[in-house]
Amino acid sequence: MIPPVMPHGPRKLKLATVSLAGCFGCHMSFLDIDERLLQLIELVEFDRSPLTDIKEIGHCDIGLIEGGLCNAENVVVLREFRAHCKTLVAVGACAINGGLPAQRNHLNLGTILNNVYGSRTGLRAGSAIPNDPELPLPLNQVHPIHEVVHVDYFLPGCPPSADAIWKFLTDLMAGRTPQLGHGLMHYD
Amino acid sequence: MTQVPLPPPAATRDAPPCFVLDGQNVPFQPGETLIQAAHHAGHFIPHLCWSPEFAAHGSCRICTVKVNGRASAACTTLAAPGQTVENKTGELNAQRKTLLQMLFVEGNHFCPSCEKSGNCKLQATAYEVGMEGPHFEEFYPDRPVDASHPELLLDFNRCIVCELCVRASREVDHKNVFAIGGHGIGTHLLVNSPSGKLADTSMASGDHAAAVCPVGVILHKRQGFSVPIGERRYDAAPISETAQDDTP
Repeated sequence: MIPPVMPHGPRKLKLATVSLAGCFGCHMSFLDIDERLLQLIELVEFDRSPLTDIKEIGHCDIGLIEGGLCNAENVVVLREFRAHCKTLVAVGACAINGGLPAQRNHLNLGTILNNVYGSRTGLRAGSAIPNDPELPLPLNQVHPIHEVVHVDYFLPGCPPSADAIWKFLTDLMAGRTPQLGHGLMHYD
Repeated sequence: MTQVPLPPPAATRDAPPCFVLDGQNVPFQPGETLIQAAHHAGHFIPHLCWSPEFAAHGSCRICTVKVNGRASAACTTLAAPGQTVENKTGELNAQRKTLLQMLFVEGNHFCPSCEKSGNCKLQATAYEVGMEGPHFEEFYPDRPVDASHPELLLDFNRCIVCELCVRASREVDHKNVFAIGGHGIGTHLLVNSPSGKLADTSMASGDHAAAVCPVGVILHKRQGFSVPIGERRYDAAPISETAQDDTP
């Protein structure tokens, strides 16, 4: 790889990632950049992410968001990311258009919850919809993240391939507008 | 002495008229539209509702070009000598991207769960113009599927109202299975049967209307993933390089 130009100087960029209403597939694809992770950690320092297990985000240069918004906690985390990241990236189909979780959007949420927790065959007597105060409240519909905060870049795919993620990040870190082009631009 | 002009050489005299497309001469036959002539000459103008086998529909406006500085649909504008046509410009591609983003949010286009992904013209055209995200708010319309037919499935969630199935059924299959109903944002695809179900029509699996859908509305049952994702038509090459294969 040609080392990217770092317009910000020798300081490492701070990078945070999170999974909202997603399946962690985009994070797995991120790990699929394999040995290039060693090059990446020469250039970036991870803030909140599953790699560090930091629970709250600090001030970051880049925030990568996987997954859409299906509950109130997702909205809080998304707003924290937006407030703390100079550049926010919607990664993958769920963050970009709701993806698989959004395919419940034409169904009634109350009916779904009741069917799953209240009336499904095989449930114990007295089963009910979980109501613990620690459980985030579900939204009536799943939404992509750009409907709530400003998103700087979209990295499509389900998940985006490791090569697409690598091309995107190296373009971004080098100060270029990321360009995926044919073969890396995929919605599936 | 007055000079009598010489007749043009035979090759020039018989040459067809041309218009200029992105700086290149494109010959045409009288009566041809811009997109027909461009297609015959091997040039790609992005399109969704146009197909070389049917008359122009002029509804999707993805093929909008600039003719002598004025925006025109390439599928409904007749070619004429002296036209200067702009097609591959940043401005036109930005407008096409906006149109595509609107088409995506008006339906339920979940590519990862669509059997047509990789063979879909809507998706491939969006790749072509660099559409990374939908930009607009999603509509998430409620459009139930019709799985009544033993061999075919209709998933209205993906319909872009291009009317290709309507034209194919009427003009090629001579069956008139489909129609377009409603107005404005309520415009939608209809099945011409008393029940509104595909099973109650004469539609057959081998009908041309079953093959012409550019998106994943009309699908053959029990054929899912016969070609794996990653090996499909637009995985191999972008739509701008494969559009000539559409010649009937």
